[in-house]
Amino acid sequence: MIRLAGLVSITLITACSATTEVSDVPELAAEDIVSASVFLNSETRALQEDTFANPGYLWVDRGEALFSQPPAAGPACITCHEKGLRGVAATYPAYDENIGQVLNLEGRINQCRVTQQSEPAWTFESDELLSITAYVANQSLGEPISVDVNGPARAVYEVGRDYFQTRRGQFNLSCQQCHTENWGKRLRGDTLSQGHGNGFPAYRLEWESLGSLHRRLRDCDTGVRAEPLPYGDPLYVALELYLAERSKGISIETPGIRR
Amino acid sequence: MNRVAILAALILSACGAQDAPLISSRMISGDAIVEPLTKTTGDAIRGEKLFVSREEGHCILCHKVDGLEAEFQGDVGPDLSFVGDRFNAGQLRLRIADYQLVRPGALMPSYFRTHDLHQVGKAYVGETVLTAQQVEDIVAYLADRKTSDDDA
Repeated sequence: MIRLAGLVSITLITACSATTEVSDVPELAAEDIVSASVFLNSETRALQEDTFANPGYLWVDRGEALFSQPPAAGPACITCHEKGLRGVAATYPAYDENIGQVLNLEGRINQCRVTQQSEPAWTFESDELLSITAYVANQSLGEPISVDVNGPARAVYEVGRDYFQTRRGQFNLSCQQCHTENWGKRLRGDTLSQGHGNGFPAYRLEWESLGSLHRRLRDCDTGVRAEPLPYGDPLYVALELYLAERSKGISIETPGIRR
Repeated sequence: MNRVAILAALILSACGAQDAPLISSRMISGDAIVEPLTKTTGDAIRGEKLFVSREEGHCILCHKVDGLEAEFQGDVGPDLSFVGDRFNAGQLRLRIADYQLVRPGALMPSYFRTHDLHQVGKAYVGETVLTAQQVEDIVAYLADRKTSDDDA
């Protein structure tokens, strides 16, 4: 009896987990990888490249001010990072040995704020966190994305890949189906991008504001009528790591302009 | 044996597969649902409105129909201008209601389905995207998309 029950449960568990297809899924061909800015019309692309007109630079400028402004108790960011942080954002998300976790750029900045500056972490999508993240990311403008997904980050990368490839929501669609298998096609007036995060935090015309990649991921999940995850959720950080590895070779555009 | 059944039910509910498909296997023959889902015959005019409506069907997000008054029609899915030449009402009904029952990897979402879905938004749990009547209305509209209609 017990053995039979065991057999039934193993069979059922196998049947359940089979809903996530991981093997043999197509990936973007290296020569096809392009930033979403390629699908913008020429005026919007010109706006992104114009550092005076691109509204995202309002946040970058505020971030620059915050970077050199000492908080109440601890040192200013610039005290330790006097040469700036060129190239750093292109390597994020990254594994942090001290806390044994993969952090995205927002998480890394908040980690510094708590441990080095004795300040409370900024909340996701606060003007401060968006501004300083945009400023730090913008210092890597033009740098090719290059994250480390070997070693301790590997398991997190795989969790992110699973999230990307799993169908979800009332529409039962995966990120993979739109952004790997159908990019370039028309979704009404829009073109399906390849889903790279290289412009984020980005100024999205639909938002009329700068927003984080997690805000964009929440919009995608909402679009397929899935329950979006909370900002900063470890699953979204894992997805962000998978996306960054998938974007290998394309460069940071923060603050990007997106539709 | 009872205990096994209870265990099976528990495990199935844990993985979110507790609901049977709304389209039972008895309703499917080949690649079609021959019988309409409702007693009220589908209305092609209402179907066309649903096909365009952003709030309801919004089929034009992915599909186009020549001559339809709607700008920016999508091309993620096939062009449906003459879909009535390729498929009869029963075949269209299955493709809209739950095509993944016969083609599990299909991109086409299932518009009349509540079973075996994951992370469904709180507002949509247990709900179908379209009502049975709305499926019938869109079937009626699409079954009319034939070359002969244009020639007439």
